[in-house]
Amino acid sequence: MSHLLSPVFETGFFESGPVHRALAVGSLVALVSGVVGVFTVIRGQSFAGEAFGDLGTGGGAGAYLVGVGPLWGFVAGNVLAAGAMEMVGIQRARGRDLATGIVLGAGIGLAALFLYLGSTQQGSSGATVTILFGSVFAIASTTVPLILLLSAGALAIVLAIYRPLLLSSLNAEMAAARGIRVRMIGALYLLALALAAALAAITIGTILSTALLIGPAAGALRLTSRPLRAMACAAAIGILTVWAGVVLAYDSYYWPPVGRGWPVSFFVVTLVLIAYLTSGVPDTLARRRAGAARGRSGSTAGTASGRPGSAAGGTRG
Amino acid sequence: MQEHSGAASGTPALEVRELCAGVAGREILHDVSFSIAPGQFTGLIGSNGAGKTTLLRVILGLMGATSGRVLFEGRERSGARASVGYVPQKFLLDPDMPLRGRDLVALGLDATRPGLALPSRARRRRVAEMLEAVDATAFADTRIGRLSGGEQQRILIAHALAARPRVLLLDEPLANLDLRSAHEVVALLARIARSEGIAVLLSAHEMNPLLPVMDRIVYLAGGRAASGTTEEVVRADVLSRLYGHHVDVLEVHGRVLVVAGAGEAGDLAGHQGIFPGAGIPA
Repeated sequence: MSHLLSPVFETGFFESGPVHRALAVGSLVALVSGVVGVFTVIRGQSFAGEAFGDLGTGGGAGAYLVGVGPLWGFVAGNVLAAGAMEMVGIQRARGRDLATGIVLGAGIGLAALFLYLGSTQQGSSGATVTILFGSVFAIASTTVPLILLLSAGALAIVLAIYRPLLLSSLNAEMAAARGIRVRMIGALYLLALALAAALAAITIGTILSTALLIGPAAGALRLTSRPLRAMACAAAIGILTVWAGVVLAYDSYYWPPVGRGWPVSFFVVTLVLIAYLTSGVPDTLARRRAGAARGRSGSTAGTASGRPGSAAGGTRG
Repeated sequence: MQEHSGAASGTPALEVRELCAGVAGREILHDVSFSIAPGQFTGLIGSNGAGKTTLLRVILGLMGATSGRVLFEGRERSGARASVGYVPQKFLLDPDMPLRGRDLVALGLDATRPGLALPSRARRRRVAEMLEAVDATAFADTRIGRLSGGEQQRILIAHALAARPRVLLLDEPLANLDLRSAHEVVALLARIARSEGIAVLLSAHEMNPLLPVMDRIVYLAGGRAASGTTEEVVRADVLSRLYGHHVDVLEVHGRVLVVAGAGEAGDLAGHQGIFPGAGIPA
């Protein structure tokens, strides 16, 4: 059996400690990203997710400079950013957008400073690549407890506020009229998003972290009409792409340039894109079938829609 | 202001007393008073900008009042608002929103509670019952963003009614509906008001679709209100006093038209000389 799979799984794949850790951490992070990401898409907050990626860069670079693990930096940067966004942009949706943009610029500036200082003083230019593009094979085993804690935190928040969050995301007035504290729910969600973005950053890097948050979720929304299923589906897509990404990255060690290995992030992000594009296919096919059916039943279908005035005209809209 | 009596005996389901409200120092509602008995269907009629949405927002507690009181079954609103159902003004339902009609109605039952909903037969049955009550069973499993305006309205009504409110507020639910859907929604609401004893307050800029079912009317103009039965309120003298100048009330083929009186056309630029309630027969 194993020799049949050898073209896919290169020797040593199943024995490698870093590979195990990459798969375990990647799966957990994909699960969190899927659950949190569905709401990011529904609420139209992908820009906030992007901002966390950029602010996390500042935090991660700062962590490198003071000599602690980058995940601490991502979390600190993102949570501070979430607080700032909440404080500046509480008035209106438009205000929130502007606030996000301003905070984002500051984060990038800090990242530039810290990365510059880090590379000139300590000569650690590897840090830049690790922070921006991730290094799931290089996650220290000491970081794992923190990853577990943050994952549990983000999942717990979303599950705890699931129903009020769903209604607030659909229509804030309807939620407020029911007595839901829309603003508090929004702030809690932003915190969950900040944690999820930090986790995605440790896996595939700050720059690409949004891809894991948004891509699988956006694909899932095309596949199912039910919120919980969308979350499960997004998590499944995310886990599959991370696993495939890890396998391909491991294999790529033997690809040209031999001995260099391609980054996991490249594979994950490419696969996320492919998954998103493929997820539109079932719906397109269904529509085409429905369109063909309408075409066949022709004029009778047109008049049944209850608009007496238009019935006399063309029936194919 | 003109509170014509005729309210049913007993405590009204909703009572608004001498309510004033404004935004940024500009008064939008002035001394508005009316009450609605359980099971009564009340139309809140006024042109755009008359203060309909503001009045509904104040009643819901989404906005504060400058003075006056809002009483539900004789009491000030407390923290729990399960006793008031609300269907907001037409808003865009994203076709990407992964929510079926059935899910939205279920949210109406328990959206305020933390955590996930545990599947229960009672919950499922209540949701099915609500969907049946608004004739939405046929499209309950379709994404709400892909439903027609009339279908979405039915789902939103079922959502608002799921928690068994005593008062149901609807903000312009007939806007953007074709004539047939509008009549169906109105008939549905009237039926629910009677059978469930719910006080319904529905805002509209056009009173004619409501005339067959309306028990009472609250007519808003320039932030002031006249309320009572349609016979009491939709009269030239009452509405002229409300508008502050002369208007005529005409009945044409069973439809009511409120039009500016002679010599007042100068004041009515922007109203095209025709007030709410006016409907050009299709």
